[in-house]
Amino acid sequence: MKVHFILNGKRHSAKTPPGETLLEHLRKSGFYSVKHGCDEGSCGACTVLIDGRAQNACLILVQTLAGKTVETLEHFNLKQGVTPLQEAFLKTGAIQCGYCTPAMLLALEAVKRTHPKPDIETIREALSGVLCRCTGYVKPVAAAMHENVTEGEEQTGD
Amino acid sequence: MKVVGKNTVRVDGIALAKGKAVFADDLQLPDLLHLKLLYSPIAHGRITHIDTTKAAALPGVAVVLTHRDFPPHFYTTAGQGYPEPSPRDMLILNPVMRYVGDKVAVVAAETPEIAQQAADLIEVQFEELPAIFDPRDAIDNPVVIHGEISDDPFLYDPRRNIAARVTADLGDVDEAFHNSVHVFEREYSTPYVQHAHIEPHITLTWLDDHERLVIRTATQVPFHVRRIVSEVLDFPLHRIRVIKPRIGGGFGGKQEILNEELCAAVTLKTGRPVRMEMTRREEFFAARSRHPEIVKLKIGLDADLHITAIDLKILENCGAYGPHALTVMSVTAQKTLSLYKAPNIRLHADAVYTNLPVAGAYRGYGAPQGFFALESMLDEIAADLGVDPIELREKNLFSPGDEIPIARILGEGREGYEMKLNTTGMTRCLQRGAELIGWGERRGSEKTAVCRRGVGVAAACQGSGIPGIDMAAVFLKMNEDASFNLQTGATDLGTGADTVLAQIAAETLGVPVERIIVYAADTDLTPFDTGAYASSTTFVSGGAVKKAAEKLRAKILSQGKLLLNTRRAEIKDEFVVAENGEKISFGEICSRSLYTDNQRQLMATASHMSYDSPPPFNATFAEVTVDTETGLVRVEKIVSVTDAGQVINPPMAEGQVEGAIPQSLGMALSEHMMFDKKGRPLVTTFHDYHIYTALDMPEVVVEFIHTHEPTGPYGAKAVAEIPIDGPAPAVVNAIYDACGVRIRNLPVTPEKILRGLGKLK
Ligand code: FES
Ligand code: FES
Repeated sequence: MKVHFILNGKRHSAKTPPGETLLEHLRKSGFYSVKHGCDEGSCGACTVLIDGRAQNACLILVQTLAGKTVETLEHFNLKQGVTPLQEAFLKTGAIQCGYCTPAMLLALEAVKRTHPKPDIETIREALSGVLCRCTGYVKPVAAAMHENVTEGEEQTGD
Repeated sequence: MKVVGKNTVRVDGIALAKGKAVFADDLQLPDLLHLKLLYSPIAHGRITHIDTTKAAALPGVAVVLTHRDFPPHFYTTAGQGYPEPSPRDMLILNPVMRYVGDKVAVVAAETPEIAQQAADLIEVQFEELPAIFDPRDAIDNPVVIHGEISDDPFLYDPRRNIAARVTADLGDVDEAFHNSVHVFEREYSTPYVQHAHIEPHITLTWLDDHERLVIRTATQVPFHVRRIVSEVLDFPLHRIRVIKPRIGGGFGGKQEILNEELCAAVTLKTGRPVRMEMTRREEFFAARSRHPEIVKLKIGLDADLHITAIDLKILENCGAYGPHALTVMSVTAQKTLSLYKAPNIRLHADAVYTNLPVAGAYRGYGAPQGFFALESMLDEIAADLGVDPIELREKNLFSPGDEIPIARILGEGREGYEMKLNTTGMTRCLQRGAELIGWGERRGSEKTAVCRRGVGVAAACQGSGIPGIDMAAVFLKMNEDASFNLQTGATDLGTGADTVLAQIAAETLGVPVERIIVYAADTDLTPFDTGAYASSTTFVSGGAVKKAAEKLRAKILSQGKLLLNTRRAEIKDEFVVAENGEKISFGEICSRSLYTDNQRQLMATASHMSYDSPPPFNATFAEVTVDTETGLVRVEKIVSVTDAGQVINPPMAEGQVEGAIPQSLGMALSEHMMFDKKGRPLVTTFHDYHIYTALDMPEVVVEFIHTHEPTGPYGAKAVAEIPIDGPAPAVVNAIYDACGVRIRNLPVTPEKILRGLGKLK
């Protein structure tokens, strides 16, 4: 069947066999930033934004997406260089293996839409849906806090 | 130093931050086949009948393989150097099932779904045999798990279910106990826990245009993969290329050769590309885990509280097969006996087979099991004798210049090498940690409230590579803009090792780290490296990088002299400067050497191997709250202070510590693989196997004590494993401080706490 939705800001018509998950569909379509660690909704590596909310793509069937908005990390990536949040991840050392990184970045992007300057508890809450076995979450949380601060500075600097 | 010890951004950072396609599975191969396995539903038994006709007839199925399709060739999946010090007790596919999850058959089909459907259509009948689930019952049990192998030098006594045995004797332990003022004896145990790297095991294989077999796989040991696949499939090594892409975490789990040989076999049979990824469920029963150990300690002390003797007994459960059986328990003994001076030592360690999942290499490699026992025991002794646990430890530590006798006796499956301690920051780690946690004020606080706080400490040491075994080689070549290609077989499994190696090269060559272009781990393109295990990369591979960079620097200097037509010159800030002040830039030197003058490629190679494995040290402090009504334990704070010598990249080193802490806390509190009475796994999802989330994390304070290790590159020692040893015993000691309950068998559960408090029978 055919399903139409907005993918990374563009109209997307997906030819999808029944039962295909969004995770399968996205990876098949070359959106490799969407990772997978369990295929049953418990690791968060497949996090994408659906209508702005962080959700596990492995639990979502493509056929249910008609008319919705889907975003992957590719939507946030700059052509050259990195976003302030990515920069903060790099500077603080928040990336180890990097397998969970796209999911963490998306979870934080989602939270920023409702809490432009999230406090540490909100950040931890947002990241709690993404399992990371490498970092102990210390530096990812620090990166998100750091970005809070530098963004503020940039604004006053302008 | 300009680069070493500084925060440089990872060389692969931008690709990772942008989620670019770099991991094994991030590519599409045409005409791909998907593999699924049929696993044994029983813990022990023999296949009496197997019929694959229906499975093979299913449309979309390319091939179904069973044990009948492979000549019986025993090997080990341990992924170690050759000859592997692990018993060769495995076949690719088996006629005998030894645990729930043993491999019965493999199916390759057009889609994973069809492959799974076909696997379910395979008809198998088993003759079930009695099984062993408790390692204490294994030795001399009438049930024999590996009866058929008799002539393997690394298999100790299969008829008695003993996969490996290690013993050691130093001095006269009995005499020493007899003369000791205090003698203590305790037993501790640790459970099955798993690596739980978020990227599952994933392998892709195909034939390239020259019909060579390409294996793109999430592995820590590409060169061992090449050797072992060549051996088990009897396929020439020169026709195999193994590519290690970015890896999504390994922690030892990806040292194992788990699926590479199966994918390769199917590609060779069908000529088609093959993909095999383990599901999370499969990870939990068919991949590897930490060896559960029962550790018995007897420790004697004199009147001054100096340790007189240690008697150490280890019973290691290696599960149904023996990868790493010998070496993990050797490390348990070798590390635990390297921290405190004991003039008399006796060791008896047995690794036994049971009909449970197979254990393997997991970060710490036996040391976490050993230090859980030793550091719990020191706490018990201190409490019993009424002395401060830190003081008791400090009294007994090895000092710089001391020989560590156990290192000579126990090596990696063979005798070790003499080891003198060059540097130790252990005392300073303990003192700084005590300050950071507020040891004086917080310890032994009042014991009447419902929720009680306590603090605990644990010390530990690890190694830096395997002495006399681990070898790394690198190739370094110069380009005309004074950039350098660093080609290394070292395997960055997500730790940042590529960046650390680039830093060492940059420091030695005197250029910014951005000009080191790292290409790692491809058996066709990079020199040999034993792989990423035993915390070896910084120390061993880093040593090779430093040597190669020194050689290349010398070549640049002599080429510069030649071009300047001078005999005396030196290198200053990317220039070769002659005595008369005339100078030539690195870029120009390279450019002219490539195109016009005394033409040559400026390049160097080097290999490095070390007979030293200097121990990094760590002190971990935990603060916990115990709810004495519910038995729930909450870890409030962890302080971890490490001596890793000269730290090459501070944020990355901190990251190693911060990531190790929740893995150890998981072993102490929340992670536990459990099995039912028939050996079937009860925990096969992240819902049941609870690894720490961002919300579970306590406050974490990480610091380093600076030492300079003369045998390491720029004074560095290893950092990857050492921080995983301390948190579990520190937590258990803090629980004792909080509520007086001593947990000797991990994991800590509310029931065990309540039982200890006398609130549960
Ligand atoms: S792959 Fe979707 S939550 Fe794990
Ligand atoms: S960085 Fe490896 S899983 Fe998060």
